[in-house]
Amino acid sequence: MSTKRVDSTQKANDLIDRLREKHGTELMFHQSGGCCDGSAPMCFEVGDFMVGSRDLKVGEIHGCEFFMAEDQYEYMKNTHILIDVVEGRGSSFSIEIPLGVRFIAVSRLFTADELINLEEIVID
Amino acid sequence: MAYTKPTFKAQYENFIGGEWVAPVDGNYFEAVSPIDNQVMTKVAQSNKKDVQVATDAAWKGFEAWGKTSVTERSAVLNKIADAMEANLEMLAIAESWDNGKAIRETINADLPLAIDHFRYFAGVIRSEAGTVADLDNSTVSQEVHEPLGVVGQIIPWNFPLLMAAWKIAPAIAAGNCVVLKPAEQTPVSILLMMEVIADVLPAGVINIINGFGPECGKPLALSKGIRKIGFTGETTTGRLIMQYASENIIPVTLELGGKSPNVFMESIMDEDDAFFDKAIEGLVLFAFNQGEVCTCPSRALIQESIYEPFMKRVLERVEAIKMGDPLDASTMMGAQASTDQYEKILNYISIGKEEGAELLIGGEKFDNKTYPDGCFIKPTIFKGDNKMRIFQEEIFGPVLSVTTFKDIDEALEIANDTLYGLGAGVWTRNVHEMQKLTRGIEAGRVWANCYHAYPSHASFGGYKLSGIGRETHMMMLNNYRHTKNILTSYDENALGFF
Repeated sequence: MSTKRVDSTQKANDLIDRLREKHGTELMFHQSGGCCDGSAPMCFEVGDFMVGSRDLKVGEIHGCEFFMAEDQYEYMKNTHILIDVVEGRGSSFSIEIPLGVRFIAVSRLFTADELINLEEIVID
Repeated sequence: MAYTKPTFKAQYENFIGGEWVAPVDGNYFEAVSPIDNQVMTKVAQSNKKDVQVATDAAWKGFEAWGKTSVTERSAVLNKIADAMEANLEMLAIAESWDNGKAIRETINADLPLAIDHFRYFAGVIRSEAGTVADLDNSTVSQEVHEPLGVVGQIIPWNFPLLMAAWKIAPAIAAGNCVVLKPAEQTPVSILLMMEVIADVLPAGVINIINGFGPECGKPLALSKGIRKIGFTGETTTGRLIMQYASENIIPVTLELGGKSPNVFMESIMDEDDAFFDKAIEGLVLFAFNQGEVCTCPSRALIQESIYEPFMKRVLERVEAIKMGDPLDASTMMGAQASTDQYEKILNYISIGKEEGAELLIGGEKFDNKTYPDGCFIKPTIFKGDNKMRIFQEEIFGPVLSVTTFKDIDEALEIANDTLYGLGAGVWTRNVHEMQKLTRGIEAGRVWANCYHAYPSHASFGGYKLSGIGRETHMMMLNNYRHTKNILTSYDENALGFF
């Protein structure tokens, strides 16, 4: 079995379920860059954020597609991302914010073994 | 000397049409100070309905404001500045408590700069004009300026009052009315500012609605009631703002951050003088505002011939950064603005360690004896390689990544090896190096032998992924108005075509 680039904690999965129920629709993630709440994962209803031709699908967490801009991925390709949840007040349009919690990306470097066995990124 | 912790009302409404208006659905959210992580007050949790109420009130205000003379508009902007100045200390304390930053910064930077921004635009609109051209003997072309109408603005949490001033002052100076949504981490200080300026402000010119991004920011950006949207924040939301603006075909101004290089050439150490001391401070400015600045000089590029002695002096200066009670006038660095920001920064520190960067100082949270539950992080410096994540991603915390270069060409190459291009610093005693670097670096603001100065009469904005458009400087007025061409013929004769 190949190594996933992005995973989620049970807490994140529970929040995804809660948001699915609240919004009555499937959800997706896009990893942000830049200032303020940059470098944070943003959660949207599928169809709200227009996935671009140079956004890469780097994986799925709890049934949600997870995207990142190609140029940003270049710098993050050696790190594993674990999506977790913290209490707190983020800004941005990410849909969990009204609940007083925030998805965060916890990163660590892949091990040498993991690197040779990474999940393939499929580009349409 | 420590200032007294501010007191707030139990609850704040939205400021719409010159009145304090409760949110339509009657919901409020708790505003928390990152200094003690305690609730300080409640503010309106607005939604689509409140956006409608606010844009309607703004259009009503525009009926009069859009027609006021520049003399009157200028006078109002000056009165706003005067009212803020008369309450500078109160607003500065509230700003520190709302955001977490040290009081010496809000008193000496945030508030004076915000006040000056209103005065600057009050001044420039009195002395500028459209243009007239005689195209031929009987044809005159006039380029006249007209306001857009109502504009939407979404501002960040790092400089709540200053970013509000940057967005509001040019917009209303140009004759627009504004609907502004503050960041949900820092929703309070601007409401105190509105209390202070309410009496001098015509109804509907500035409308403030608080709420969360997906519930309030999104409907504001999508609203048919705005003619422009301005946003400061990160790239994913920036893309969404453009996407939403495309539905209404309205212009956007985006400021989306950076990873600003601060370049130190060996000539800075030719003398151990006042200028060298200034250069050391220029590097340590990464800790200004706890590093929560879009232009934070978060990558220091140092010529390898001076690295060891320069860094020795730098580390002494970083060691001397005093942390503590943000309301104490001697405290130099306060709290990070929120818990999720705090967690994110600590994670970047661990990524830096894992990536093999050498930790030179800091690298952990700061135990604040006065506020043990606050979000405090020690100023941190890593030495590493520009390809590392800590060199490429905006950490938005007091974390500096340092690397070295051999010569000016390598310095330029590293400086421009980034997705962003907002700010940059160049430090040298050599005019030729200065010219090559300031023109060679792809960034909207290059500080030459200085850093983190933000005068009103100097433009600010990004190259590359750092955004679209400029802020500050009078050129900003044209981002907030139409140009109308009136083409007049004084010829009495027909063209002769038909």
